Parts: sequence; structure tokens; C-alpha cells
Amino acid sequence: MSLDPLNGTAAEIAELVRTRQISARDITRLAIQKISAMDEAVNSFTDVTAERALAEADIVDARVMAGEAPPLAGVPYAVKNLFDLEGVVTRAGSKINRDNPPAAHDSTLVTRIREAGGVCLGALNMGEYAYDFTGQNAHDGNCNNPHDLSRITGGSSSGSGAAVAAGLVAAALGSDTNGSIRVPASFCGTFGLKPTFGRLSRARTYPFTASLDHLGPLARSTADLALFFDVMQGDDPLDHHLAPKPTLDTAAALDLGVEGLRIAIAGGYFRNQGFAEADAAVDLVAKALNVSREVEIPEAARARAAAYVITNAESAALHLPRIVSRAGDFDPDTRDRFIAGTMVPAAWYVAAQRFRTWYRSAVNSLFADVDVILAPATPFTALKATQKTMMLKGEEVPARANIGIFTQPISFAGLPVAAVPVWLEGSRMPIAVQVIAAPWREDVALRVSKALEDAGVAKAPIAMISG
Amino acid sequence: MTEKTFDAEAHVSHMAEVMGLAIDPAWRPTVVANVATTARMAALVLSFPLSDDIEPAGTFEAGR
Repeated sequence: MSLDPLNGTAAEIAELVRTRQISARDITRLAIQKISAMDEAVNSFTDVTAERALAEADIVDARVMAGEAPPLAGVPYAVKNLFDLEGVVTRAGSKINRDNPPAAHDSTLVTRIREAGGVCLGALNMGEYAYDFTGQNAHDGNCNNPHDLSRITGGSSSGSGAAVAAGLVAAALGSDTNGSIRVPASFCGTFGLKPTFGRLSRARTYPFTASLDHLGPLARSTADLALFFDVMQGDDPLDHHLAPKPTLDTAAALDLGVEGLRIAIAGGYFRNQGFAEADAAVDLVAKALNVSREVEIPEAARARAAAYVITNAESAALHLPRIVSRAGDFDPDTRDRFIAGTMVPAAWYVAAQRFRTWYRSAVNSLFADVDVILAPATPFTALKATQKTMMLKGEEVPARANIGIFTQPISFAGLPVAAVPVWLEGSRMPIAVQVIAAPWREDVALRVSKALEDAGVAKAPIAMISG
Repeated sequence: MTEKTFDAEAHVSHMAEVMGLAIDPAWRPTVVANVATTARMAALVLSFPLSDDIEPAGTFEAGR
């Protein structure tokens, strides 16, 4: 463990606080100091809730003194600024929502983390209204990649990836509609969990695309993902999308290893598209797991297209009043996509939703003879902030809309995914692999992530920020 | 509906009226490009044959 307790994982920090080797107040003060010293360069926070954090820390210290052992005792974390935090305006990356009153309540997941002893340091930068894969924001400024400040963090949970990679907090919550947890995890080199669709409550968070929105944690270890995921599960009458499923104890299953798991590489759409780093990352993980078998996820390109149509139409319908009255106040990088989304014929949208039913069934049947599928999280490592386009099948396309080509088909089926960061030989920048499990088997995805971490293949070091 | 017959410019002009949108001329080329992209995506989806009994994926549970 590092000499600086703030550099520890959530599990390590909670253990120090529970055993009274450090107080929650002291670890919180270290986090506030580090944010103050370093976040000007990274720009991951939009709201630092120092007072709230210290008050929460004092409660944790009192609980520990009273003999309690909260699982996240004193763990500093922060949330993408689409999660309601009582007393903070939920800006969802926008200028327009800053006119809203402060949130009256915490979001359900924040309440659960607080009850588990977590200490919330604030709200984090994100792409406007979550319609983003870059982490760039015209209103709050771009979030910069802690591993190379001239590069993007990925988005839209940009601040979530960056704050964790910079060591400002031990973990962060993000949202993932088409890849917005997995992409920043890949570019910032953190672990990330996109749970099964319908697993975690979305109550009191600002929506993007109700049919596809997921919430989940980013952290610097698999065990920390499990810690956060386990305390966040459970029914919530406030969320009508939540599936009635029994909760999992993923932390208890983490060390079961990969023995007996049937693991395959996603072929076809996910391989040999001209993205050497993505192929190499999957090869590295597959080699470590001794996997050579390939499976083909059927109609992945069409699934990505259907996710694109649904996202464009649903999100634009949500924002229609603002698009009509305040289009000029949108980030130029999202505005024109939202305007276009107001013009999607209903028949296109319904066709995409019907295709999703077919696709879910086809993808589910794969899991009859495989437990885990490996696929790249992003086509490449983080782009330079100045690079606005990328090459896709020989065509130059906008990066902002296309970085998620490998994540979109997976979330479209609602599958749970652990994003596992690896560092290719000779590369200073990380890239993640998606470890994809069957619906409701987050435990299996996390087991594989943990095995890769134990083998030294996957890791999420704190960035050394210079400049 | 194919890409060849879909006129994104005309669609934007018509739908801007329908939706009551005033589109700044400076934004219009990107809006048209985005509509054309969504149309290409939709064409890929629409070209996939689906049996009539396949319902949309959204669910609604009464009483919840």
C-alpha cells in the first residue's frame, strides 16, 4: 500500500478507517486538498462538496467509534453531474440545466453509498446531456486525460474516469447508455462496470435515453467495483425500469477464478476492423486467459445502428422543449445531433425497438455454450484533444459519435460488462477490453476482471500528472 | 426507404416546420449531415426482415 492513504483502493481506505488507523475526516481532508491542488489541470470536478464530505466523514467516524464496520467507511468518491446531490444543481453537463433549482434529494445510489459509509466529494464533468464519447464540454471545459493532459478522457462519464485515474477519489459513479462508462475506463485506464440493464436504480438521475441508460461504478481495482456494486443493488419503488432480480454478492465470488468458465473472443464485427490497438488488447487478455475460441455476436453492426436510432430519437424527444426554445445554449457538438433527432420518423424508431427484441434473443442464445465474451472497449487509445475525426472502414467520420462502435452493440443487449484496462507494450496510454457476461451475471464478469488483475495483465495505476 | 431516395435536405426543411424549429443557417449543414447518418443507420435496421409477431423491446408493467 502507498504511503499516501488516499492513493489506496477503496477497500484499503475503508479498512484503515474501520480499524481507526486514519479517520474518515482526515482522508476526506486529503481528498479535498488533492482536488484543490490538481484538478485545475484535469478539470474533472464541476462541484466540490467539501462541506458535505466533511459532515459525512464525521458521521462515519462516529459510527466506527460506536462499533459499526461500514463496507465503504470513509471512502472518497464522486458522481457524474447527472446524479442528484441534495443542494447541488444537477447540470447534466449542460448550461441550460444550471437554471434548475438545486436537487431536493440525493439519488438512490448516492443514498445507498452514504449508508455504506462512502463520502461524496462532489459532482463530475461530463459531455452535455451524456450525448458524447469524447469528454469534451463547451460549458465546463474539456476534461483532460490524467495520463496525458493533451488527450481526451473519453465520455460521456469523463470526470468519472479522470478523477479516479488522477487519484482524486477512490471511485466514481458514471452512466452508460452506449458506452459512457466503458469508453472513459478505456481511455483513462480504470476498471469500470456497466451492470445488466435494469439492475441498478436510476431514480433521481438525469436521463438521456430511457431505453438504454445504465448506471455503474469506475474504480482502480475490481474489488472496489464489487464493493460499490454490491451496496448499490436492491429494489427501489422510485425506479419503474428496475428489474425484480435477486441481488448478487459479487465480492464474495471474486476469487473463484476463471477455472471452468467458457470464454470466447468476439469475432466478426469486433476483430480486424483496422484498429491494431483494439485487436492487440484483446489478444493480450485472451492469451492471459488461454483463450483462442471465437464466437460471433450476430448482427452487431445492425445492433449498433438500432442503438444509434433509438438514442437519437429518444434523447431529442426528451429535450424538444429546450431544442425549440434554447438551441443556442446547447454545446455546438451536441446541438445539431439533438436537432436531427427531433426529425426521426416513428417507423424508424419502432423498427429499431423491434430489432432489439430479435437481437436480445439471438445474443442470449450465445450464452448457452459460453459464459464470457471478450471484445475491445474502444477502437484505440485516447485521441489527442484536437483530433475530431477518426477513420472507420476507410471513411473519415466524427469521433464524438463513433468511438463507441464496440460498446454500443453490447449495451443494446443489456449485457453486464467489466471494462478491464491493459497497457500494451511500448504504449504510455491504456486501453480496455470488455469482459462480457450473460444477463444478471455481473459476478462472472468481475471474476474474470479480478483474475486478469491478479495475473498482472490488467491494472489501473494513478497517473503521474506533470504540467 | 433507401439512402438513394432519402433527401436529407428536404426532410430537414419539412421537419423543421413540423417541429417548430428555427435552425440557424450556420448549423444547418451539420443538422443535415446528422439526419443523413441517422437515415443510413435506420436503413440498415429496416432492411432486416422481422416476423410480424416481434414486438418492440420496451415494456410497461401495469400497477408497478
